[in-house]
Amino acid sequence: MIEVDNIHKSFGDHHVLKGISTSFEKGKTNLIIGQSGSGKTVFLKCLLGLFEPDEGNICYNGRFYSELSTKDRRNLRQEMGMVFQGSALFDSMTVEGNVMFPLDMFTNQSRSEKQDRVDFVLKRVNLIDAHKKFPSEISGGMQKRVAIARAIVMNPRYLFCDEPNSGLDPKTAILIDNLIQEITQEYDITTIINTHDMNSVMEIGEKILFLKNGLKEWEGTNKEIFKTDNEAVTDFVYSSELFKKVRQMYLEERN
Amino acid sequence: MKYLEAIGKYFIMIWEVFKKPTKWRIMKSLILKEVDDLVFGAMGIIIFISFFIGGVVTIQTALNLTNPLLPKSLIGFAARQSVILEFAPTFTSIIMAGKVGSYITSSIGTMRVTEQIDALEVMGVNSLNYLVFPKIIAVMMYPFAVAISMFVGITGGWVAAVFGGFAPSGEFIKGLQMDFNAFHVTYALIKSVVFAFIIATVPSFHGFYMKGGALEVGKASTTSFVWTSVVIIITNYILTQLLLG
Repeated sequence: MIEVDNIHKSFGDHHVLKGISTSFEKGKTNLIIGQSGSGKTVFLKCLLGLFEPDEGNICYNGRFYSELSTKDRRNLRQEMGMVFQGSALFDSMTVEGNVMFPLDMFTNQSRSEKQDRVDFVLKRVNLIDAHKKFPSEISGGMQKRVAIARAIVMNPRYLFCDEPNSGLDPKTAILIDNLIQEITQEYDITTIINTHDMNSVMEIGEKILFLKNGLKEWEGTNKEIFKTDNEAVTDFVYSSELFKKVRQMYLEERN
Repeated sequence: MKYLEAIGKYFIMIWEVFKKPTKWRIMKSLILKEVDDLVFGAMGIIIFISFFIGGVVTIQTALNLTNPLLPKSLIGFAARQSVILEFAPTFTSIIMAGKVGSYITSSIGTMRVTEQIDALEVMGVNSLNYLVFPKIIAVMMYPFAVAISMFVGITGGWVAAVFGGFAPSGEFIKGLQMDFNAFHVTYALIKSVVFAFIIATVPSFHGFYMKGGALEVGKASTTSFVWTSVVIIITNYILTQLLLG
């Protein structure tokens, strides 16, 4: 579980995060949504420890980030897995090399132990025949799977995903969403996804945090988002005609 | 002010490179790969350029020694001094700033653009140590390349002198041995170590801290070549004053 208490972050005169408090539960897919420039990426980078908040605190299972030593922060980082928007796979390494990288860097496992673990996670993300291929030789969807495999290979307690569906076709996007949700439940980890994808919001948003101008505007679940009267949320989520109709049908059915 | 800030940032980067080292087992393979890419990969162009530069220096010296009272051995002497003191260490380093430097900037810059550096940071890897340290160690092999460049440059001079009919082989070799000061070779090798450090770190700095996309990677490569050359030339002046002045 990650608890966030009134975090602020500024860059020069630009006050990006203006006091956000929330919590992200274990075993659930938590989504952060909001318009571009609302502070989502800065918030995610604060959660990852890449930016240190100017004020406020972030607590990871009882450990306050600001009170941790450099060594403890480094250890905490090793409990985190991250899936980047563009996958961020290392071009010079094969799929297998990419997934094995964290094991090489941070464990003293034997070659066969590492190989078994890599085979296991690649199988888990449904990639069986791609071990020896380079990232440039596989599709965008496969690259995302490799990124997920690399993120979970160290058995993380926290999984962060930045726009995991960007650049993917709708069918592959749903597969990736479902995979992330399955892994979250299976490994009982705290998953936080930064997304613009409304399909993800509806499908896997067990908790949704809506940011606007660096503030928490709304939070709830994918069921509650249908019912909310918050104008900023409805304007953002139901900006397309399709979603407007879906919402209308849902509300009519409910009545 | 912008330049001062960049210089400060460069020295902070150097400090960070040596902090929190990567496991030796992994570092060893990274260093070997960089030696292959940065040093062995550049040997072809170093040999090619050195041979012809040696030849050109010899021809130009010969054409300017018009006084019949001056011995032909001076051609060999001038070729040796030019190649050992300047052409092998400095000229080759400028060429390397273009070849190796732009490779370093574009490879690290592309990693920045595609979030691969962020991925390293998130994992808790000291990305500067992982990316830049092996390059620094690999280019420490560079004095060997400069030594080869000296040999090839002088050979090029000999070929031009003998086969161009500017000086007989014996005279040229006599000139090569004339008033030989071994410290000149040491001076050239000291310079090449310093230049090697510059060639590894200045382009890394431009790649690591670049912002933007593919276009900016190209711009960073060009900027890095310009700054690496400028730093090499200024350092060359300072080292020459300190070591020979």
